Amino acid sequence: MIDNLPMIVVGALFVMGLYGIMFKRNIIKIAIAVSVVESSTNLFLIVLGYRTGGSIPVYTLAGEFKKMVLPTPQALTLTAIVIGLATTALLLSLIMLLYKHYKTLDVYEIRRLRG
Amino acid sequence: MDMKPMSIVVRTICNIFAWFVVVFGAYVIIHGHLSPGGGFQGGAIVATFVALLLVAHGGKRFMEWLRSDILTVFECVGLIAFICIGFLGLRTTYLYNFLALKGGLFGSPVPLGPNAGVLNSAGTIAFANMAVGIEVVGGLSTIIVFMFLGMRHVIESNKGVKKNDR
Amino acid sequence: MSWQVHLPALILTIPLLGAFVSIALTKPRLRNFWFTFILAATAVLAFLLWRRVGAYGTLIYVMGGQSWNFTLPSGMAFPIRIIMEVDAFGAFMVLTGAISALASGLFSIRFLDRVHDGNKFVSLFLLLLTAMLGLEVTGDLFNFFVFLEIASVASYGLIAFWRDTPEAIEASFKYTVLSTFVALLFLVGVGILYGVYGTLNMAAIAKNIQVGFLEKVALVLFIASMAMKCGAVPLHMWEPDAYGQAPAGIPCFLVVVGQASLYGMFRIAFSIYGQAFHGSVLAWIIVVFGLLSMFIGVVMAVIQKEAKRLMAYHCISQTGYMLMGIGLGLLALSSPQAMSEFGFTAMKGGIFHIINNAMYKGLLFLTAGSLFYATGTTDLNKLGGLSRNMPYTTAMFAVAAAAIAGLPPFNGFVSKLLIYESSFVVHPFLAVVAMVTSILTLASFVKVFQSGFLGPSKENMTTIREVPLTMIIGMSVLCLMILALSLMPNWALSNLVEPAARDLVNQASYIQAVMGSGLQ
Repeated sequence: MIDNLPMIVVGALFVMGLYGIMFKRNIIKIAIAVSVVESSTNLFLIVLGYRTGGSIPVYTLAGEFKKMVLPTPQALTLTAIVIGLATTALLLSLIMLLYKHYKTLDVYEIRRLRG
Repeated sequence: MDMKPMSIVVRTICNIFAWFVVVFGAYVIIHGHLSPGGGFQGGAIVATFVALLLVAHGGKRFMEWLRSDILTVFECVGLIAFICIGFLGLRTTYLYNFLALKGGLFGSPVPLGPNAGVLNSAGTIAFANMAVGIEVVGGLSTIIVFMFLGMRHVIESNKGVKKNDR
Repeated sequence: MSWQVHLPALILTIPLLGAFVSIALTKPRLRNFWFTFILAATAVLAFLLWRRVGAYGTLIYVMGGQSWNFTLPSGMAFPIRIIMEVDAFGAFMVLTGAISALASGLFSIRFLDRVHDGNKFVSLFLLLLTAMLGLEVTGDLFNFFVFLEIASVASYGLIAFWRDTPEAIEASFKYTVLSTFVALLFLVGVGILYGVYGTLNMAAIAKNIQVGFLEKVALVLFIASMAMKCGAVPLHMWEPDAYGQAPAGIPCFLVVVGQASLYGMFRIAFSIYGQAFHGSVLAWIIVVFGLLSMFIGVVMAVIQKEAKRLMAYHCISQTGYMLMGIGLGLLALSSPQAMSEFGFTAMKGGIFHIINNAMYKGLLFLTAGSLFYATGTTDLNKLGGLSRNMPYTTAMFAVAAAAIAGLPPFNGFVSKLLIYESSFVVHPFLAVVAMVTSILTLASFVKVFQSGFLGPSKENMTTIREVPLTMIIGMSVLCLMILALSLMPNWALSNLVEPAARDLVNQASYIQAVMGSGLQ
């Protein structure tokens, strides 16, 4: 049970982010919830590469080691973080423009497109 | 939130530490193939230099310092350098590391076992790190500057705001 | 020629170089010239790639190294590098995408006169083109995710490009939140497969896959995220808003970007899971998505009053045809007798519908855009009698509307007939729904044609002139492709569609092309 704790944390973060996207009315809170879901996905990728008792995957700096953790998920997570940064920057810019046009941050009021 | 600079204490600390931030960021970029870090991380550190100046000295003075196209030049140089590094290896495949283990620029082999790491190794990966670092500096600084300008625009058109956020 | 070995990499780096250089080009003439040059070069490279795949079979290209695997001292070969693997289906989609990009790019040049930072539009457009082509040539799952996200971020920016229109920003915001979440679901699926198999190479996973609980979870995540990206019902809510509010050349191009996600869904379903997935649940789910999309799309389209929103709903309905066609092929994958009875015909219909849809739906969006450029509105209640003022637009709209409704001389009829035939063998209800959808599509476009183009001119519409020359050239690229496909359906079916269908079904050759040989 205690070995699975990182995966439980991943699941809990994901569900909290999903709750924020679905049920919050303030669009900044929705953007923060998207960021929380991104963090949970990045954590999931890093936890995949962990091997019990492994040292850092740098061959020249590891010292005495029996085995290393996997470095590939770390590279995948870096890429995912950069992508998340670009998306968050764009989301925040869109929120600024929405505020300028609609004068409100309530997602129930920003509904001119329907049907 | 407008253009006024912060107090003299904040401005002095900023003047002392701002360039250290740039040097540290350049260190992280250049040692990307030896220690954790690399292009994106180092570039983000250097971009905090822009954010620090903007917050401490205020928007009006910062916009006077900023030359009009310098950030776009950073972005373009970084991106085009990365693509050209890829094309240089085209004799074998695209993005082939033709400099590694050849002995010339960035070409020394890395000795096995624990050691301090050799800066002169890893071939085109080092150049790619530097290109990405320059690009990320330009890109993130552009994001920060434009968001600041956008906020000023939004605040100025702030009439009749409905307080509905929850 | 020896430089053609590098075609899978060149087709990605030429648009990417174009995107990066165009950030710096602020002068309009230089920017327009560079844009047209890069789009034409990409179209030529796409055609050469298609020819090469036809001549040499599946192409493998290893990025940055000489072989795609690494032999450990113990003798085991482990796949390590990112590879590009282009088979006939991928080359077909690359060709479709490049032609559609050329047409919509040429069309959008005149729209850039109205904004002050057109070079950002060109850069985003070329990034979207790179990402779409990357989705279709890659052979590595995480690389697919990266290109998917590049395409998504570029399209968020392009949909919101008219920043003074509040509805465009709202549409882009809704699309951004939904699409980011769904792409993260895809990443979780990739992570699950990586955790089980230790590799991200699509052919290596396909060789070793054994479907257990975790692979089923990953499959659900993949199908859900790809279905949202291509606009299948029940995940279609973003599409009318996003396609209706974007600048006019963009929905034409987003149609092919959505089809690249459709390509991803079928690559995962056919070539990674393939015959290891026993049972027909997946195929029936895709067929049901197709049915719902067809019907709900066209029913919602009939009642619309705004031209681009109406065409976005029709896009949902045409995606339903593709889903149903290729889903029936998936249904027949496990038994060769069923495949020869209805499966292969359904796949040919679905795949031919992909290029048909890109051509005529793109042309319809471009004509709606030229209506907007000429008159300033797309509201069908306000337009009227424009066939005298805009003869070229009227003619091309008539060709595209006849093609989409499935009228006999045009290419839409050929693909829809193949889908009707094969779905009737499976269950007659499927063919009935498809035909009813076709009839309602015809009804909807007759309405648009009559209210927009025929009839007496309205008072404020008498001074409207025809759109400029580059926009007509852009529209006529697609119109010529529709006419070419309509006049030579047998050639198109046997040279374009059949190799693609055959390569999609043949999972063994997909794996063999990578694992059976080292270099290309």
